[in-house]
Amino acid sequence: MSSSTSVGTGEHPAVVLTGITKRFPGVVANSDVHLTVRRGEVHALCGENGAGKSTLMKILYGMQPPDEGTIEVNGEQVRFRTPSDAIKAGIGMVHQHFMLADNLTVQENVVLGAEALHGIGQKARRRIIELSGKTGLNVDPGVLVEQLGVADRQRVEILKVLYRGAKVIILDEPTAVLVPQEVNELFDTVRGMQEQGYTFLFISHKLDEVRAIADSVTVIRRGTTVGSADPKTVSSRQLAEMMVGSELPSPETRESTVTDTVVLDVKGLRLMTPDGSRPILDDIDMVVRSGEVVGIAGVEGNGQTELVETIMGMRKAGSGTITLQDQDLTKLGTLARREAGIGYVPEDRHRHGLLLTQPLWYNRILGYQTRRPTAKGIWLDTDGAKKDTERIVADFDVRTPGIDVPAAALSGGNQQKLVVGRELSGDPVLLIASHPTRGVDVGAQALIWDEIKRARAAGLAVLLISADLDELIGLSDTIKVMLRGRLVADADPSTVTPEDLGSAMTGAGSTSAAVQETAVVEEGEN
Amino acid sequence: MGHLRGKLLPPALAIVFSLLLCGVALIISGANPLSAFGAMVSQVGKGTTLVDILNSTGIYYIAALAVAIGFQMNLFNIGVEGQYRVAAVVAAVVGGSIALPTGIHTMVIIIAAALAGAAWASIPAILKVTRGVNEVISTIMMNGLAIGLSAYLIRRDVFGELRGNNIRTPEIPESGWMPGISFGGSGTMFGFIFVAIALGIGYWIMMNKTRFGFELRASGESSTAASAGGVNAKKMILVSMLLSGAIAGLISLPELLGRDHTFSLNFTAGIGFSGIAIALLGRNHPGGIAFGALLWAFLDKSGLALDNVGVPREIVTIMQGSIVLSVVVAYEVVRRFELASEQRRVGRELGTVGGAA
Repeated sequence: MSSSTSVGTGEHPAVVLTGITKRFPGVVANSDVHLTVRRGEVHALCGENGAGKSTLMKILYGMQPPDEGTIEVNGEQVRFRTPSDAIKAGIGMVHQHFMLADNLTVQENVVLGAEALHGIGQKARRRIIELSGKTGLNVDPGVLVEQLGVADRQRVEILKVLYRGAKVIILDEPTAVLVPQEVNELFDTVRGMQEQGYTFLFISHKLDEVRAIADSVTVIRRGTTVGSADPKTVSSRQLAEMMVGSELPSPETRESTVTDTVVLDVKGLRLMTPDGSRPILDDIDMVVRSGEVVGIAGVEGNGQTELVETIMGMRKAGSGTITLQDQDLTKLGTLARREAGIGYVPEDRHRHGLLLTQPLWYNRILGYQTRRPTAKGIWLDTDGAKKDTERIVADFDVRTPGIDVPAAALSGGNQQKLVVGRELSGDPVLLIASHPTRGVDVGAQALIWDEIKRARAAGLAVLLISADLDELIGLSDTIKVMLRGRLVADADPSTVTPEDLGSAMTGAGSTSAAVQETAVVEEGEN
Repeated sequence: MGHLRGKLLPPALAIVFSLLLCGVALIISGANPLSAFGAMVSQVGKGTTLVDILNSTGIYYIAALAVAIGFQMNLFNIGVEGQYRVAAVVAAVVGGSIALPTGIHTMVIIIAAALAGAAWASIPAILKVTRGVNEVISTIMMNGLAIGLSAYLIRRDVFGELRGNNIRTPEIPESGWMPGISFGGSGTMFGFIFVAIALGIGYWIMMNKTRFGFELRASGESSTAASAGGVNAKKMILVSMLLSGAIAGLISLPELLGRDHTFSLNFTAGIGFSGIAIALLGRNHPGGIAFGALLWAFLDKSGLALDNVGVPREIVTIMQGSIVLSVVVAYEVVRRFELASEQRRVGRELGTVGGAA
């Protein structure tokens, strides 16, 4: 444990990583990574999705051993076998996906696994209250975590690592789950803690945020550190080009291809929680036309997933109708809906998109097991499936040695290209794309955007759900904001900013003429 | 080649390991393992042992196919045991109480057995689909009920009759039998063996060439991906459970049609449970299951020779158990190893994994 609290220039840096190399099957690993984090600074680690940031942090946090290279903490070389070794050395990690038990209280969550420090009673409670102030968490430790919002849950995560004595805190994509206003509050907290001597390692690929909060920036690309920059002087564009290594792709699509032909017509759609206590989807009305991309904005967990799964027939709507090109889908199953012409890029390709241990061509059949070219009547057409998989591999630039390798062997971006290629096969009239570029590399992202744009120009109707507001604004012809299971506002993508959308997503009300409220959330007309 | 290695290596390792384990057990109990194993192998050539092994293989094969269909989509049909018991009584009663021309009579018995097995399996299937009842629990309980039901059905005041000390159903007339292939003093092979082979071929075609097989495999691999791909999970549970039960219904037919011609207290029990082990051993593959069934039958029948060399034949049970246990472990180890090496290969060919920098 570190005993020193002073921020001195003559002291050892808080963390030094030297020549870290990690060979890792199928995805970009780390090779020869160098990173120096001075004590008391906010150090940003920037890189595209899949560049190797998370792997590096897992190494620093003791979750995976490096194949080569050394880790120094406060000038001493260390070797972490488990995260508890890292915690003992004063390193704490706040994961992108929260690791909290919803049905326990804040105090129970914090103390869980660290009972030896201050027990589980009043002493622990006092310590938590003392630390709560630092994190900006203003709730009683006895409150259940399930009653907290996303921002407060994140603070509980920070509280957890502080409670365990962390001086160096790794924040893994902490803003991914926050709306812009919450991001600002988080940054205030970080600055406050920085003044008290804490060191932060801030992982992000959002450059504006990096420039707003960081004292220094290290850029990682294709698994290796390509350089450092001073965020005060570097521009976002320069940073981005360091990250990408070339010109940036853009999701922008401006000339409208929207037609009058209604493809998807959803009316009065409702879905209740399994116990019937409250609606998850509440009276959804929506139209998607041929050649139109309708984007759904919303903080995760406000019903977007359920909306998609209800339209796909994977959940049974309580009431309302779903019509696709004059065909009533309301009572049909998922397969019949797919046959009617819906392509579906699911938000979690591992859970819903792929059979991971099966070869690529076998995955081509999934969702198309009743249609040509992958089936003839009750028989599978394996030759047809293989041939069409070759086509997808070629057209969508799926990087693979062949179509007989299992899907699990491909990197995330290549898996996603395969899924998008499959779902655009067979001339769908509607594509439902949930987070189509989440967790994929920048090359795959550009390709997927291009393919969606091309299909839209050819008359495809697209329902797009994305947490990436830039992607949403760039690709969509119409944006609808979803909040607590309702579509509460419409936004015009040609004028709206991510901040406007963010405030509508939290229900703070419309702050801009670009966002038109369609349902009453609070008072306030513009 | 690597593909085949991944399939053959685990069972080979498992058998070697279990032989070693049994050898140790034999040495501890004071016997010579070499003479014990030698006696088992030489038993194959004696009397009717070879034909007995083949007949047993056919029966085990059908049982394992029934279990494997469920396994393909992660349904654990422990109820094969009860399904074939009920089917055997029903088939014997139907066969013994009707008179039809040769051939047609046999067909009717086969269909009755399959329907009875499917009907018995439909109860846990419907419970699972409508109420979410775990099929492991419900099929185990159905096994208990099957014993009671079969005992009731062969009571003298129901369908049974007393013959000597044995209660049994009326004998099936000769028109309902299925002739076998006689090898004289070496025994008679059941004609139903050929039906078992046909079932194996049909199973392979279904799993690899049909839409239903695809949906079954997809559901087993990832139920979430299957449902997003339009596979109706409930329908798959129902259909695969019924199919599993129908095949289970055929298990007793080799003996019923080829030798016993009646259901009596001497009924061969426990085959359903062996089927579970054999399906595991054969990885649900029709070829692997055939091999597993043959191994099982060999151990069963040639184990009789152990008594002659003063070794308790229960050692065979130890061997069967240790083979299954080690084969499951070996498959998992090899599977993980193969996946990792495949990922490394893909990474190497695409150059995404840097060598030493």
